[in-house]
Amino acid sequence: MAQHLTAEQTPLVADLDQPAPDARLADVRVGVVTFPGTLDDRDAARAVDIAGGTSVPLWYADEDLQGVDAVILPGGFSYGDYLRAGAIARFAPLMGRIVDAASGDGGMPVLGICNGFQVLTEAHLLPGSMIKNEQLKFICRDQRLRVENAETSWAGRFTAGQEIVVPLKNQDGQYVADQRTLDELEAEHRVAFRYVGGNPNGSRNDIAGITNARGNVVGLMPHPEHAVEPGFGADLSGAGTVGMREGTDGLDVFVSVLERLTR
Amino acid sequence: MSETHFNLDTVEHAASTPDTELPWAELGLSEAEFGRVKDILGRRPTAAELAMYSVMWSEHCSYKSSKVHLSQFGEKVTEEMRKNLMVGIGENAGVTDIGDGWAVTFKIESHNHPSYVEPYQGAATGVGGIVRDIISMGARPVAVMDPLRFGAIDHPDTQRVVHGIVAGVGGYGNSLGLPNIGGEVEFDPCYQGNPLVNALAVGVMRHEDIRLANASGTGNRVVLFGARTGGDGIGGASVLASESFDDSKPSKRPAVQVGDPFAEKVLIECCLELFKSSLVEGIQDLGAAGISCATSELASNGDGGMRVDLTEVLLRDPSLTPGEILMSESQERMMAVVTPEKVADFEAVMAKWDVEHSWIGEVTDTGRLVINYQGEVIVDVDPRTVAHDGPVYERPFARPESQDALQAAHFTGSPEDAARPSGAELGPALLELMGSPNLCSKAWVTSQYDRYVQGNTAMAMPDDAGVLRVDESTNLGVALSTDSNGRYTRLDPYEGARLALAQAYRNVATAGARPVAVSDCLNFGSPEDPDVMWQFAEAVRGLSDGCQEMGVPVTGGNVSLYNQTGGVAINPTPVVAMMGVLDDVTRRTPSGWREDGQAIYLLGETADELDGSEWARVRGHLGGTPPRVDLGRERTLGDMLINMSRDGMIDAAHDVAEGGLGATLAEMALRFGVGARIGLGEVAERDGVDLFTLLFSESQGRAVVAVPRSEEVRFSDMCTVRNYPFARIGVVDAVSGTLDFQGEFAVALDALREAHEATLPRHFG
Amino acid sequence: MPRIIVDVMPKPEILDPQGKAIANELPRIGLTGFTGVRQGRRFELTVAGEVTDEVLAQAREAAEKLLSNPVIEDVVSVSELAEEN
Repeated sequence: MAQHLTAEQTPLVADLDQPAPDARLADVRVGVVTFPGTLDDRDAARAVDIAGGTSVPLWYADEDLQGVDAVILPGGFSYGDYLRAGAIARFAPLMGRIVDAASGDGGMPVLGICNGFQVLTEAHLLPGSMIKNEQLKFICRDQRLRVENAETSWAGRFTAGQEIVVPLKNQDGQYVADQRTLDELEAEHRVAFRYVGGNPNGSRNDIAGITNARGNVVGLMPHPEHAVEPGFGADLSGAGTVGMREGTDGLDVFVSVLERLTR
Repeated sequence: MSETHFNLDTVEHAASTPDTELPWAELGLSEAEFGRVKDILGRRPTAAELAMYSVMWSEHCSYKSSKVHLSQFGEKVTEEMRKNLMVGIGENAGVTDIGDGWAVTFKIESHNHPSYVEPYQGAATGVGGIVRDIISMGARPVAVMDPLRFGAIDHPDTQRVVHGIVAGVGGYGNSLGLPNIGGEVEFDPCYQGNPLVNALAVGVMRHEDIRLANASGTGNRVVLFGARTGGDGIGGASVLASESFDDSKPSKRPAVQVGDPFAEKVLIECCLELFKSSLVEGIQDLGAAGISCATSELASNGDGGMRVDLTEVLLRDPSLTPGEILMSESQERMMAVVTPEKVADFEAVMAKWDVEHSWIGEVTDTGRLVINYQGEVIVDVDPRTVAHDGPVYERPFARPESQDALQAAHFTGSPEDAARPSGAELGPALLELMGSPNLCSKAWVTSQYDRYVQGNTAMAMPDDAGVLRVDESTNLGVALSTDSNGRYTRLDPYEGARLALAQAYRNVATAGARPVAVSDCLNFGSPEDPDVMWQFAEAVRGLSDGCQEMGVPVTGGNVSLYNQTGGVAINPTPVVAMMGVLDDVTRRTPSGWREDGQAIYLLGETADELDGSEWARVRGHLGGTPPRVDLGRERTLGDMLINMSRDGMIDAAHDVAEGGLGATLAEMALRFGVGARIGLGEVAERDGVDLFTLLFSESQGRAVVAVPRSEEVRFSDMCTVRNYPFARIGVVDAVSGTLDFQGEFAVALDALREAHEATLPRHFG
Repeated sequence: MPRIIVDVMPKPEILDPQGKAIANELPRIGLTGFTGVRQGRRFELTVAGEVTDEVLAQAREAAEKLLSNPVIEDVVSVSELAEEN
């Protein structure tokens, strides 16, 4: 059993045993987009800041990316998810700029979390789509994942095959795609994260997250931004037992992109 | 209601046609109340005025049956209780100072009847309504909790109600980005036709951001913003919320309200931006009684009057009559008062968030609420007579004759107690209890709620309280718990209310937080039944006495009456929501142990108090008297738990409540899947009870804690100094995977978990 | 296999948040020809044999009892799907 920190030992923000974050990381500006109905925008921004970077709030109706180096489309229910999850958000003016920046020469890193993943599929930056969970219910739980591809812009801190635990919470989280697309994703190692220890929602091939061919655009259904801070994270960790809500496996998703951009 | 009554029945017309028949009875007014309206106005009311008075004077809006009792909450407030109270009863929600310039507002409300008619929308709009109360105080909503009570778990209609209500609570709350951090789920046949959906919301703000619902400053503009006004729930306030369902009159069931959580989420952000830029003078949410309530309350709480042009209200359904517009309960609407120079800035915020708004009037110095429609005056009233001067009833109440017989029917020795388990039978008995509908795992419900969003949840279900960080730089935060036991309250309403208070207090303290404020939701049957009215009067007296004894004020709440089908009322169910403060939420105490070798202690003593217990419920018995509760002792226990947590003497704590010590130990083991070796012989001997009683009696003032070996001396000293009974009853065993009651029986944690977790999925899929 | 189509719509007086959200978006993507949107649901019931009056009556009953929520929705049509091919 891992050492259990007493209250006195519990750091307020991050694990004090970790080496201090590289000061250059603070120069990396990561945009966090707010659509009407976005919910986890402040959480994603907090995760970027805890990882050592600088979060920049972006408003869906603006035309300007404000010179950010990477973009996160956070979770939530944009436009209530009333038509299809992500279906309306993808028409936002800012989405055009994001699609251009992600597809352009620079290949700007983009991470879509949950609803953001759904927006990326509706915007055709990533293949496939999300339908209602198999159980037809909202599911909130700590979820074990395997990092399948550690080469993407958002996974450099992990090693391929590493297991992590981050919270999963959604209503429409079942990833579906036609067989040809699934075969392609598998053949090209574009399944970025896979559910392990049980498929929570019926996703094809246990897919939790995928990437585009260049590895800069990643969509991930579970929420790494909710496992970044001891005391407010997951109850579990891929590395073993941790104290109540001390699981911070998600933090390295954000550190990864900062390191990639300072390299 | 027919259109002819409402077609531009102007004030002038009303004055000249005193004998026109009006549907006051259909709108729920009594003849005497209608007479009072005429006396106040000096003429007959117009149709629109009648609509306003009828909704605002309904039980739901006016508290006319409960007011005379509720005043005790104000009368029994001491200086100690007032210390942290910034805004008390009477506003949209109470506000409590938690230190460092932070204020927290929280309130619990019922949405019972609508949730029976249309479970999904009823529950969803219940969440929406209480969240708007919180916004209208100037606060950012940060969490919700939902105490839910359903009929028998195996009744065919329970499926419909449970699925709808749980999905509705989740569907709305999840879409708002509000973590759901706790609540209750109870199944009892008494709630079959009257499920209880109580919704709590909590919000935080800086002291200077508190907003109140008043319309001041002559010439200031009045704006209605958010969703358009439709025919939703017309008459809901008076008809739906104050009359019991009667199959012979289905036509009285009005249209239900449909919630739009996306619109509400946008409305929240939009309001917070208005507050940040100080663009509103006063603000009021639209809930029950819609525009009638918002205009009359804003005007009567202000310093003048208000002129409103109803023609300006944006409608979803253009066929609405003025009376219907005034009564509509369309969701996701707010009303605000804005100074003329800030109108442009206000409109810019509306445009940014794409929120529709219309300027419907202005503050005047006439002292009158005057409402025009299509150029004609259709309402001209003193707003206070609508909002505050409603009827007050001293309903007759009397202790039911059957109460003595009920209290005499003790469990111990009853036919249901005939096969009391002992020895090796206690293992299966514990499994049976832990799998029973009311003690089983509620994960089926809570896993449908988002507990992570906002990133400030330090603790949530299944721990004793939900714990939230308020200040990210200091970790200052709050803990919240809701509790009620309708069975205890049925046996003794006075003690039952105090027991709910004690349990909520204990839960918050067990988490390590200092209890500071109460909000209550009083769910009862018909006030026209003297038996029910006695239950209500006793419960309010018990709760108000209890709050005084514990030094914790009631800051607001809600009364829900007429929860009965035919002549049969629900068990009286006063739900107590307690808020506590933690200086550092990362220090909160979890409800389960996990460190091998830590000592397990029981605080408090056990007597034979099985009346009203979960064990008695499983055996189909309800009678006798509820457990004795000593609030002074509860305060001492709470103090000890808070200090022990702060000083690092305990690593886990869980209160002993429904299901007794057996359930507490089982829950502590299941929390992190870590077993223990327990020896209860000495305690049983000390307290003079048998092992069965020690395991399943529900004596109050008890908690179980896990103490690191290095802290045992300090721990014992503190208990000794406080003169609080304590006993070492076991050791955490991280290896065995067993809850081993040594020398008596042992339960494998796998079997315990299976029994605990299978029940709800088995019934609900 | 013959199929019966059941169309369910929110009652006209009931708020339709889905339709509202879509209606607001249409002009933003340049489609300005619509003044309103309401979103309903379509069910396809597959029938083993012929669609008799009795089967249609059953479909109507299914529509009223199960497929729609009479508190907030109307069944607007129950009809046999014309044969394809």
